[in-house]
Amino acid sequence: MKFGILINEGPYNHQAADTAYQFCKAALDKGHEIDRVFFYHDGVNNATKLTEPPQDDRHIVNRWSKLAEEHGVDLVVCVAAGLRRGIVDDNLAAGFRISGLGQLVESGIRSDRVVTFGD
Amino acid sequence: MTESTGGIEMEEDMSGTVKKFAFINRKAPYGTIYALESLEVVLISAAFDQDVSLVFADDGVYQLKKGQATKAVGMKNFSPTYRALEGYDIEKLYVEKSSLDERGLTPDDLIVDVEVLDSAEMAALLEEQDVVMSF
Repeated sequence: MKFGILINEGPYNHQAADTAYQFCKAALDKGHEIDRVFFYHDGVNNATKLTEPPQDDRHIVNRWSKLAEEHGVDLVVCVAAGLRRGIVDDNLAAGFRISGLGQLVESGIRSDRVVTFGD
Repeated sequence: MTESTGGIEMEEDMSGTVKKFAFINRKAPYGTIYALESLEVVLISAAFDQDVSLVFADDGVYQLKKGQATKAVGMKNFSPTYRALEGYDIEKLYVEKSSLDERGLTPDDLIVDVEVLDSAEMAALLEEQDVVMSF
Protein backbone atom coordinates (compact mmCIF):
# COMPACT_ATOMS: atom_id res chain seq x y z
CA MET A 1 0.00 0.00 0.00
CA LYS A 2 1.13 3.53 -0.70
CA PHE A 3 0.92 5.95 2.24
CA GLY A 4 0.97 9.72 2.36
CA ILE A 5 1.98 11.07 5.76
CA LEU A 6 1.01 14.44 7.24
CA ILE A 7 2.81 15.66 10.38
CA ASN A 8 1.29 18.64 12.14
CA GLU A 9 3.32 18.91 15.35
CA GLY A 10 6.86 19.83 16.26
CA PRO A 11 9.50 17.43 17.55
CA TYR A 12 10.04 16.79 21.30
CA ASN A 13 7.02 18.96 22.16
CA HIS A 14 4.55 16.38 20.90
CA GLN A 15 4.37 12.67 20.26
CA ALA A 16 3.19 13.09 16.64
CA ALA A 17 6.68 13.24 15.12
CA ASP A 18 7.79 10.10 16.99
CA THR A 19 4.66 8.13 16.14
CA ALA A 20 4.84 9.16 12.50
CA TYR A 21 8.45 8.04 12.32
CA GLN A 22 7.65 4.67 13.92
CA PHE A 23 4.72 4.28 11.52
CA CYS A 24 6.94 4.99 8.50
CA LYS A 25 9.57 2.52 9.71
CA ALA A 26 7.00 -0.21 10.34
CA ALA A 27 5.28 0.36 6.99
CA LEU A 28 8.58 0.22 5.09
CA ASP A 29 9.64 -2.90 6.99
CA LYS A 30 6.39 -4.56 5.92
CA GLY A 31 7.08 -3.72 2.28
CA HIS A 32 4.70 -0.76 1.98
CA GLU A 33 5.60 2.46 0.23
CA ILE A 34 5.78 5.94 1.76
CA ASP A 35 4.82 8.28 -1.05
CA ARG A 36 5.76 11.40 0.87
CA VAL A 37 6.02 12.83 4.37
CA PHE A 38 4.61 16.33 4.46
CA PHE A 39 5.49 18.63 7.36
CA TYR A 40 2.92 21.26 8.20
CA HIS A 41 2.01 23.61 11.07
CA ASP A 42 4.71 23.25 13.80
CA GLY A 43 5.66 19.99 12.09
CA VAL A 44 8.06 22.06 9.96
CA ASN A 45 10.32 22.22 13.02
CA ASN A 46 11.22 18.58 12.36
CA ALA A 47 13.38 19.85 9.52
CA THR A 48 15.85 22.23 11.12
CA LYS A 49 19.47 21.14 11.28
CA LEU A 50 20.00 23.50 14.23
CA THR A 51 18.32 20.91 16.46
CA GLU A 52 20.67 19.61 19.12
CA PRO A 53 19.02 17.36 21.70
CA PRO A 54 20.90 16.04 24.75
CA GLN A 55 23.13 13.11 23.83
CA ASP A 56 21.08 10.54 25.70
CA ASP A 57 17.92 11.50 23.79
CA ARG A 58 16.77 10.43 20.33
CA HIS A 59 17.71 12.79 17.51
CA ILE A 60 14.40 13.25 15.73
CA VAL A 61 15.74 15.36 12.87
CA ASN A 62 18.67 13.08 12.07
CA ARG A 63 16.32 10.12 12.24
CA TRP A 64 14.26 11.62 9.39
CA SER A 65 17.39 12.37 7.39
CA LYS A 66 18.49 8.77 7.76
CA LEU A 67 15.09 7.52 6.65
CA ALA A 68 15.36 9.65 3.51
CA GLU A 69 18.88 8.45 2.85
CA GLU A 70 18.16 4.75 3.37
CA HIS A 71 14.70 4.48 1.83
CA GLY A 72 14.51 7.49 -0.47
CA VAL A 73 11.52 8.86 1.43
CA ASP A 74 10.45 12.27 0.11
CA LEU A 75 10.45 14.71 3.07
CA VAL A 76 8.64 17.91 2.15
CA VAL A 77 8.36 21.02 4.31
CA CYS A 78 5.56 23.48 3.60
CA VAL A 79 7.11 26.73 2.41
CA ALA A 80 4.49 29.04 3.94
CA ALA A 81 4.41 27.28 7.31
CA GLY A 82 8.22 27.15 7.25
CA LEU A 83 8.64 30.85 6.53
CA ARG A 84 6.34 31.70 9.44
CA ARG A 85 8.58 29.68 11.75
CA GLY A 86 12.01 30.48 10.33
CA ILE A 87 12.55 27.20 8.50
CA VAL A 88 14.37 28.06 5.29
CA ASP A 89 16.88 26.40 2.96
CA ASP A 90 19.78 27.76 5.06
CA ASN A 91 18.86 25.69 8.11
CA LEU A 92 17.24 22.72 6.38
CA ALA A 93 18.55 19.31 7.46
CA ALA A 94 19.71 16.71 4.93
CA GLY A 95 17.02 14.84 3.05
CA PHE A 96 14.35 17.53 3.41
CA ARG A 97 13.13 19.88 0.73
CA ILE A 98 10.86 22.92 0.85
CA SER A 99 7.85 23.11 -1.41
CA GLY A 100 4.22 24.17 -1.62
CA LEU A 101 1.00 22.85 -0.11
CA GLY A 102 0.15 21.41 -3.51
CA GLN A 103 2.56 18.62 -2.65
CA LEU A 104 0.27 17.54 0.20
CA VAL A 105 -2.81 17.48 -2.01
CA GLU A 106 -0.86 15.70 -4.73
CA SER A 107 0.22 13.02 -2.28
CA GLY A 108 -3.42 12.63 -1.23
CA ILE A 109 -4.43 12.04 -4.82
CA ARG A 110 -1.60 9.60 -5.43
CA SER A 111 -1.62 7.57 -2.20
CA ASP A 112 -3.94 4.77 -1.12
CA ARG A 113 -4.15 6.27 2.36
CA VAL A 114 -3.21 9.57 3.97
CA VAL A 115 -2.43 9.35 7.67
CA THR A 116 -2.43 12.51 9.78
CA PHE A 117 -0.23 12.71 12.86
CA GLY A 118 -1.15 15.62 15.06
CA ASP A 119 -3.16 16.90 17.97
CA MET B 1 -2.86 22.81 -12.84
CA THR B 2 0.86 22.15 -12.60
CA GLU B 3 1.70 25.64 -11.40
CA SER B 4 -0.03 24.82 -8.11
CA THR B 5 2.04 21.74 -7.37
CA GLY B 6 5.04 23.53 -5.96
CA GLY B 7 7.06 23.32 -9.13
CA ILE B 8 7.17 19.54 -9.23
CA GLU B 9 5.72 17.78 -12.24
CA MET B 10 2.74 15.61 -11.53
CA GLU B 11 2.84 12.03 -12.65
CA GLU B 12 0.92 11.44 -15.84
CA ASP B 13 -1.52 8.90 -14.42
CA MET B 14 -2.77 11.46 -11.90
CA SER B 15 -4.22 13.88 -14.38
CA GLY B 16 -7.97 13.79 -14.20
CA THR B 17 -8.04 11.87 -10.91
CA VAL B 18 -10.74 13.28 -8.69
CA LYS B 19 -10.83 12.11 -5.11
CA LYS B 20 -13.14 12.97 -2.26
CA PHE B 21 -11.19 15.13 0.19
CA ALA B 22 -12.58 16.00 3.61
CA PHE B 23 -10.92 18.55 5.84
CA ILE B 24 -12.02 18.28 9.46
CA ASN B 25 -11.71 21.46 11.47
CA ARG B 26 -11.81 20.85 15.21
CA LYS B 27 -10.08 23.86 16.76
CA ALA B 28 -11.19 27.36 17.71
CA PRO B 29 -10.13 29.97 15.16
CA TYR B 30 -7.59 32.00 17.15
CA GLY B 31 -6.06 30.15 20.11
CA THR B 32 -3.91 28.12 17.74
CA ILE B 33 -2.94 28.42 14.10
CA TYR B 34 -4.63 25.18 12.95
CA ALA B 35 -7.77 26.84 11.58
CA LEU B 36 -5.91 29.44 9.52
CA GLU B 37 -3.41 26.97 8.08
CA SER B 38 -6.17 24.43 7.39
CA LEU B 39 -7.90 27.05 5.28
CA GLU B 40 -4.71 27.43 3.27
CA VAL B 41 -4.73 23.71 2.43
CA VAL B 42 -8.40 23.90 1.48
CA LEU B 43 -7.76 26.76 -0.94
CA ILE B 44 -4.87 24.89 -2.58
CA SER B 45 -6.96 21.74 -2.94
CA ALA B 46 -9.45 23.75 -4.98
CA ALA B 47 -6.74 24.34 -7.57
CA PHE B 48 -6.48 20.56 -8.03
CA ASP B 49 -10.17 20.24 -8.97
CA GLN B 50 -10.86 17.73 -6.23
CA ASP B 51 -14.22 16.90 -4.61
CA VAL B 52 -13.76 18.86 -1.39
CA SER B 53 -15.87 18.79 1.77
CA LEU B 54 -15.26 20.84 4.89
CA VAL B 55 -16.33 19.53 8.26
CA PHE B 56 -16.58 21.63 11.40
CA ALA B 57 -16.77 19.87 14.74
CA ASP B 58 -15.94 20.49 18.39
CA ASP B 59 -14.55 24.03 18.87
CA GLY B 60 -14.08 24.13 15.08
CA VAL B 61 -17.66 25.37 14.79
CA TYR B 62 -16.47 28.70 16.22
CA GLN B 63 -14.47 29.24 13.02
CA LEU B 64 -17.79 30.01 11.30
CA LYS B 65 -19.22 32.21 14.04
CA LYS B 66 -20.59 35.57 12.94
CA GLY B 67 -19.19 38.77 14.41
CA GLN B 68 -15.59 37.80 15.03
CA ALA B 69 -13.82 40.87 16.43
CA THR B 70 -10.10 40.21 16.56
CA LYS B 71 -8.56 43.66 16.50
CA ALA B 72 -7.96 43.87 20.24
CA VAL B 73 -5.96 40.62 20.27
CA GLY B 74 -3.85 41.66 17.29
CA MET B 75 -5.05 38.86 15.03
CA LYS B 76 -6.33 39.08 11.50
CA ASN B 77 -10.00 38.15 11.19
CA PHE B 78 -9.89 35.54 8.44
CA SER B 79 -13.51 34.45 8.75
CA PRO B 80 -14.58 36.32 5.56
CA THR B 81 -12.51 33.74 3.65
CA TYR B 82 -15.13 31.09 4.43
CA ARG B 83 -17.64 33.17 2.54
CA ALA B 84 -15.29 33.30 -0.45
CA LEU B 85 -14.99 29.49 -0.68
CA GLU B 86 -17.99 29.37 -2.99
CA GLY B 87 -15.91 31.20 -5.57
CA TYR B 88 -13.44 28.31 -5.44
CA ASP B 89 -16.26 25.79 -6.03
CA ILE B 90 -16.01 24.62 -2.45
CA GLU B 91 -19.64 24.45 -1.45
CA LYS B 92 -19.91 21.39 0.77
CA LEU B 93 -19.72 22.66 4.33
CA TYR B 94 -20.90 20.38 7.12
CA VAL B 95 -21.29 21.12 10.79
CA GLU B 96 -21.69 18.51 13.47
CA LYS B 97 -24.96 19.02 15.31
CA SER B 98 -23.97 18.21 18.88
CA SER B 99 -20.94 20.53 18.59
CA LEU B 100 -23.33 23.38 17.78
CA ASP B 101 -25.82 22.37 20.49
CA GLU B 102 -23.19 22.07 23.20
CA ARG B 103 -22.03 25.61 22.47
CA GLY B 104 -25.50 27.12 22.29
CA LEU B 105 -25.14 27.88 18.59
CA THR B 106 -27.56 27.50 15.70
CA PRO B 107 -26.96 27.75 11.94
CA ASP B 108 -28.22 31.36 12.18
CA ASP B 109 -25.08 32.22 14.17
CA LEU B 110 -22.82 31.16 11.28
CA ILE B 111 -21.48 33.36 8.48
CA VAL B 112 -22.08 30.75 5.75
CA ASP B 113 -24.80 28.28 4.82
CA VAL B 114 -23.97 24.84 6.16
CA GLU B 115 -25.54 21.43 6.30
CA VAL B 116 -25.99 20.22 9.86
CA LEU B 117 -25.33 16.50 10.34
CA ASP B 118 -25.83 14.33 13.40
CA SER B 119 -22.98 12.07 14.41
CA ALA B 120 -24.29 9.05 12.46
CA GLU B 121 -24.66 11.15 9.31
CA MET B 122 -21.19 12.59 9.87
CA ALA B 123 -19.75 9.10 10.19
CA ALA B 124 -21.42 8.13 6.91
CA LEU B 125 -20.02 11.22 5.18
CA LEU B 126 -16.49 10.48 6.36
CA GLU B 127 -16.83 6.82 5.44
CA GLU B 128 -17.28 7.72 1.79
CA GLN B 129 -14.21 9.99 1.63
CA ASP B 130 -10.93 9.00 -0.03
CA VAL B 131 -8.71 11.41 1.89
CA VAL B 132 -9.43 12.81 5.34
CA MET B 133 -7.18 15.42 6.87
CA SER B 134 -7.82 16.58 10.39
CA PHE B 135 -6.75 19.94 11.76
